[in-house]
Amino acid sequence: MPLPTGAVIGIMMDNLKKRKSVFPISHRKAVKWSQKLEIPEGGETVLYTGSMYQLLPYMLAAVNRMGKMEDSFLGRFVGMGRFFNKMFNVSAIMFRPKRADHRRFRRIIRDIARLLQQAGVEFGYLYKKELYAGALAFDMGADETFVAHARRVHAMLKEQGVRSLITIDPHTTNVLRSVYPTIIDGFDIEVKSYLEVLAANDTLRPVNKVAGEITIHDSCVYARYEDIVEEPRKLLERAGYTVLEPKDNRNLTHCCGGPIESLFPGMAHQIGKKRVRQLKDKNGLGVATMCPICMATLQQAANGDLEIDDIASFLVKAFCEPEEKPIKKKSADENRSEP
Amino acid sequence: MAKVNPAFIEKVTASEEFNATECMNCGVCSAVCPVEIDLLPRKLFRYALLGLEDKVLEHTPAIYQCLLCKLCEANCTADVHIAENVRFLRTYISKEVYKL
Repeated sequence: MPLPTGAVIGIMMDNLKKRKSVFPISHRKAVKWSQKLEIPEGGETVLYTGSMYQLLPYMLAAVNRMGKMEDSFLGRFVGMGRFFNKMFNVSAIMFRPKRADHRRFRRIIRDIARLLQQAGVEFGYLYKKELYAGALAFDMGADETFVAHARRVHAMLKEQGVRSLITIDPHTTNVLRSVYPTIIDGFDIEVKSYLEVLAANDTLRPVNKVAGEITIHDSCVYARYEDIVEEPRKLLERAGYTVLEPKDNRNLTHCCGGPIESLFPGMAHQIGKKRVRQLKDKNGLGVATMCPICMATLQQAANGDLEIDDIASFLVKAFCEPEEKPIKKKSADENRSEP
Repeated sequence: MAKVNPAFIEKVTASEEFNATECMNCGVCSAVCPVEIDLLPRKLFRYALLGLEDKVLEHTPAIYQCLLCKLCEANCTADVHIAENVRFLRTYISKEVYKL
């Protein structure tokens, strides 16, 4: 039996209304990626994460839990879960991400910020004031919830004096750039993806020699909604990689399956596997994704058979010096969950 | 037997977003869909335009299985805003059925 669609969407929308995010995430966790990068607080131009990368560990934990409930009698209790979630934060207790997932998604945002710093782009960050942009509410058709949240985000941006946003994932880019102006009168904040900012910046040049063939996986939202197709290719080539094109590419790219993962985990996994087969045909050094949902869904579908990483992780190897890593005690509990 | 709901037709036709009348029933959208749902979007949009609300609601899972990936739109010869039309039906269900 499939999961009850209304109850699952209801839980996420209740969270957005009450807790300002579809999956509750603490401010401390949301901003942890920025430690020691010395990014100024606020400013006219800010890096806007929209918490998408930070939320992925929670989404993965949720999908894992929901996947077990799909086709099981437990699915019947999701409605009850929604009832209790309105009173206390059930989703935070039920969906506890793995520590390793927090770490790998934090690392990608850090790579993106370091690339922008290396290119000499001046930007601030809103830290704890930053809010999720509401992409999932829009996609699910929960328009009343989405519009109310979008107004809250817009008011916050205006209060902070923001005039320009540098976004880091396709979904946040799309809602802020193409949807907000249709529902908020006078929306005049410029929105650009960091890929567009970096591709247009000629001062960003490799400091390390890299080589190899990278298969590119275009995000449906970047390619078909926002026409961001050439920028990632330009950056990979400038870094020194050779770009390999899979069977379905550019504005005819094949979806990873991720958008339906929270409602139909089994079906999403099958679509992801289909895409992995296309990507595997190219047999390069690895696959570069540019969306946290694509990366997570394809990594799960590939199950270790294919090296899949965010494009920022490939770019940072060429354009930035390696970061000094703190000496860390070897931990046997990378799979341990934490809120 | 399918029942026509005039109020549903009104909502569909009043919407600026729902432009499925342009559809020529060529079937390219179904052929390229990564989800491989043959229902979407041809029959579904026809049900909506005819005001067959119960038939639309019967297919609620298919409406939410759509990835909104727009591969169908990229191949559509009639420029139907397929993803936006699907999202329109989701908005209707979210409001009228799920009370969100």
